[in-house]
Amino acid sequence: MIQSIRDFFRGFLLLELLQGLALTGSYLFRRKLTVRYPEEKAPLSPRFRGLHALRRYPNGEERCIGCKLCEAVCPAQAITIETAQREDGTRRTTRYDIDMTKCIYCGFCEESCPVDSIVETAIYEYHGETRGDLHYTKEMLLAVGDRYEESIARDRAKDSAYR
Amino acid sequence: MSAMLKLEVDGREVEVPPGSTVMDAATQLGIFVPHFCYHKKLSIAANCRMCLVHVEKAPKPLPACATPATEGMKVWTQSAQAKQAQNGVMELLLINHPLDCPICDQGGECQLQDIAVGYGASESRYTEPKRVVMHKSMGALISAEEMTRCIHCTRCVRFGQEIAGVMELGMIGRGEHSEIVAFVGKSVDSELSGNMIDICPVGALTSKPFRYSARTWELSRRKSVAPHDSLGSNLIVQSKGSTVMRVVPLENEDLNECWISDRDRFSYEGLNAPDRLTQPMIRQGGTLKEVDWQTALEHAAKLLSDVRDQHGAAALGLLASPQSTLEELHLAQQLMRGLGSENIDFRLRQRDFSADGKRSGIPWLGMKVADIGRLDRVLIIGSYLRKDHPLLANRFRQAAKRNQEVNLVHVASDDPLIKLKTKLVVAPSDLPAALSRIVAAVAELKKLPRPAGITNLAIDEPSRAIAGSLVSGGSTAIFLGSTAEQHPEAARLHALAQEIALLCGAKVGFFGTAANSVGGYLANCVPGGAKGLNARAMLEAPRKAYVLLNLEPELDCHDPAAAMRAVKSADCVVALSSFRTRATEYAQVLLPVAPFTETSGSFVNTEGIRQSFNAVVKPLGEARPAWKVLRVLANNLGIPGFDFDSSESVRDVACRTADIPARLDNGISGIDLATAAGANQPASNALERIADVPIYFADAIVRRAESLQQTKDSREPRATMSPATAAKLGLSSGDSVRVRQGDGEAVVVLNLDEELPQNCVRLATAHPACSGLGPMFGEVSVERAG
Repeated sequence: MIQSIRDFFRGFLLLELLQGLALTGSYLFRRKLTVRYPEEKAPLSPRFRGLHALRRYPNGEERCIGCKLCEAVCPAQAITIETAQREDGTRRTTRYDIDMTKCIYCGFCEESCPVDSIVETAIYEYHGETRGDLHYTKEMLLAVGDRYEESIARDRAKDSAYR
Repeated sequence: MSAMLKLEVDGREVEVPPGSTVMDAATQLGIFVPHFCYHKKLSIAANCRMCLVHVEKAPKPLPACATPATEGMKVWTQSAQAKQAQNGVMELLLINHPLDCPICDQGGECQLQDIAVGYGASESRYTEPKRVVMHKSMGALISAEEMTRCIHCTRCVRFGQEIAGVMELGMIGRGEHSEIVAFVGKSVDSELSGNMIDICPVGALTSKPFRYSARTWELSRRKSVAPHDSLGSNLIVQSKGSTVMRVVPLENEDLNECWISDRDRFSYEGLNAPDRLTQPMIRQGGTLKEVDWQTALEHAAKLLSDVRDQHGAAALGLLASPQSTLEELHLAQQLMRGLGSENIDFRLRQRDFSADGKRSGIPWLGMKVADIGRLDRVLIIGSYLRKDHPLLANRFRQAAKRNQEVNLVHVASDDPLIKLKTKLVVAPSDLPAALSRIVAAVAELKKLPRPAGITNLAIDEPSRAIAGSLVSGGSTAIFLGSTAEQHPEAARLHALAQEIALLCGAKVGFFGTAANSVGGYLANCVPGGAKGLNARAMLEAPRKAYVLLNLEPELDCHDPAAAMRAVKSADCVVALSSFRTRATEYAQVLLPVAPFTETSGSFVNTEGIRQSFNAVVKPLGEARPAWKVLRVLANNLGIPGFDFDSSESVRDVACRTADIPARLDNGISGIDLATAAGANQPASNALERIADVPIYFADAIVRRAESLQQTKDSREPRATMSPATAAKLGLSSGDSVRVRQGDGEAVVVLNLDEELPQNCVRLATAHPACSGLGPMFGEVSVERAG
């Protein structure tokens, strides 16, 4: 009996509504958490796994030796590699394709690479207008690596202490 | 049999025969003892020390592979002492092994990798510089670019000495300076050399054609049967996508054991040769045009029926390669018989067909391949054993090391790398007489009358030696090789071999010349009736139309010149071929058919075992399995009885496994043994040709295998004669000579060989350089060129 009278007044005086509005209103004065993308960007971990790249050594030689471990470990089977002996006798890929529509960005390829050739960069802003646009070939991946080598190297250096 | 030994391995009891090792006992129990240098087919070296095990009462661990099992022995493979020993050896082996697994072709199928995971430490304590070994050159087949990887197990050295019969690799230096090397300036030329790649436990010796092209885990594996010799070695064909990437042996103790010849291993390169025929072609207005299957088949059917209508069915002829499958041979002969012609043959390199109708069955090995090792005395007649049958040669090689006495009567002096009791080299025309002398010698020793026809013959010393060897053993066999089968007097050689066998209670056997040399008879791909023409008659009396199955007439026939004349003069040639052969010059219709990796089929090997296989990859381009092509062609021609929907149904019609043994018989009767005086002797001033089929020119696929074509066995053929014969002609070694035979000629370099009979010239057939010449055995003239 007492309880139902108490509930009636609480409802009648909009106490619960005011409590809710107070919580909402308190956020009005707190620090903002939203990011004004694309003008603003969220900070990224050096371990961020975005677009793939094939790296080169400082002398310009491609790192990839065509061991195919990334192809073997890829759970989505997104990587296709063909290898052959180059004229200088080294083992090189003649084809290195990643189908970004299949890729699940697990980072196993990077993990398995014995020469730190295939890496996942911090780039997440890329798109394709057709399915084929997301089929990255060796040349495209090397180009990504060439363009972002500085940031790739910086990220690896930052993370190296934990590896 | 002495009592079995009882011992205990890891607490489990096992009984092994005396002479077994601890490794054998462990293997029998299914216990794996890690090892590198031990191989069941090779002698024991015990130099890798990986198989150290703990033996009761032994102060130190002992190598399981070299420790004889003894009664009451107690062995532990997992005890603390054994494990410590294994870890220590593994660490030692890895000290100098490079960490280049990611680029190593052995990666993924490497014993060192596997055992390092199981028995090695997770980290290296070794910080000093590793040693580096220079790469070696070992020929076109074996890549020895990374000899730093070698762990000195010496399997390859022992393989060469014991299995291949020739030491081509050896180990020099001691300790850290040990290196596996070939002899200075020499490559590894054994016809079994590819097996060294398989037995190398690390990536030191790898396959050159396969180098860096694929990884073991991405290959799909299918069983198959080797099409290049009559043994029918079992293969595992490994492919990626629709390309065959490599071929490795499938262990079959009854046939190829765990080996295969280089020809079977590396011939896959020929499968996708640039001149593969991938589209049906027909000749219209003198030029070949690519057309679709329906047009080509209808055109072929029309041409064949036109010839039959105009010239009668006898104007048609079928020549099929003995490398074709049983199904193809069966359908091809059924097609030709459906057209009304009996001119059918697959024995393309045979010269003498007088045994047809006089044989009691299909010529075969006369025994199981595995039984060769149990023979006491052997006579081999006319065989380039090492080159024609690399793995049969190995059977004799191993048996000759025990107590088998092998005698060889041949026309060439090639070293079979078998310990021979007696070797007799005679001119081809003298071969029947040489065998007659052996018959007479055996009769004399056995105190039996000489057979009719060889009464007045003087017995010479080598014949007596061979006869003495043959009559002295328990089980004896006489084998006829390819030269004996291709000889102009093959039937008489066969009959003489049978006489020797009858006199000394031996068996007669044929090695067989190709994958289906027994299967061709089973498929009845031989002329029938009185009017049917054999391979020789069909070419000497040219037909109006030929159907050629997997055949290059200028390379696959006994008489290339006659074969080319015949096919070029024909109105119509329908060629079923996997390659753009010279048929593009004369064929009216070219039908692309699938080689053995792209079709299902069967081969019946020389011991009469029918082995079927499936396609490994899809046919290239528009090529189709030949059995399907023949089926549709027959349907277009309106021939009944071609309603097959699988190669298995064709096979079961062609021959049932149960029927084969009853049809195999090497008996022959009704052949006159007497050699007419001077019957085969060439005119006094003429030279006799001795022709062999070079190992890597034996069939269309190996002829196109790039790496095999770079080996020593594929060099340009040379004319070889004895120094006396050369002196008579005023020639010397290294001269360029012109060899004339009939209308054809070939210009080659002259070689001298002291063991070759007088007045003979040895010059290979089946090579494009000699394709203008005539029969394999016949008169030739030699003169200085230029």
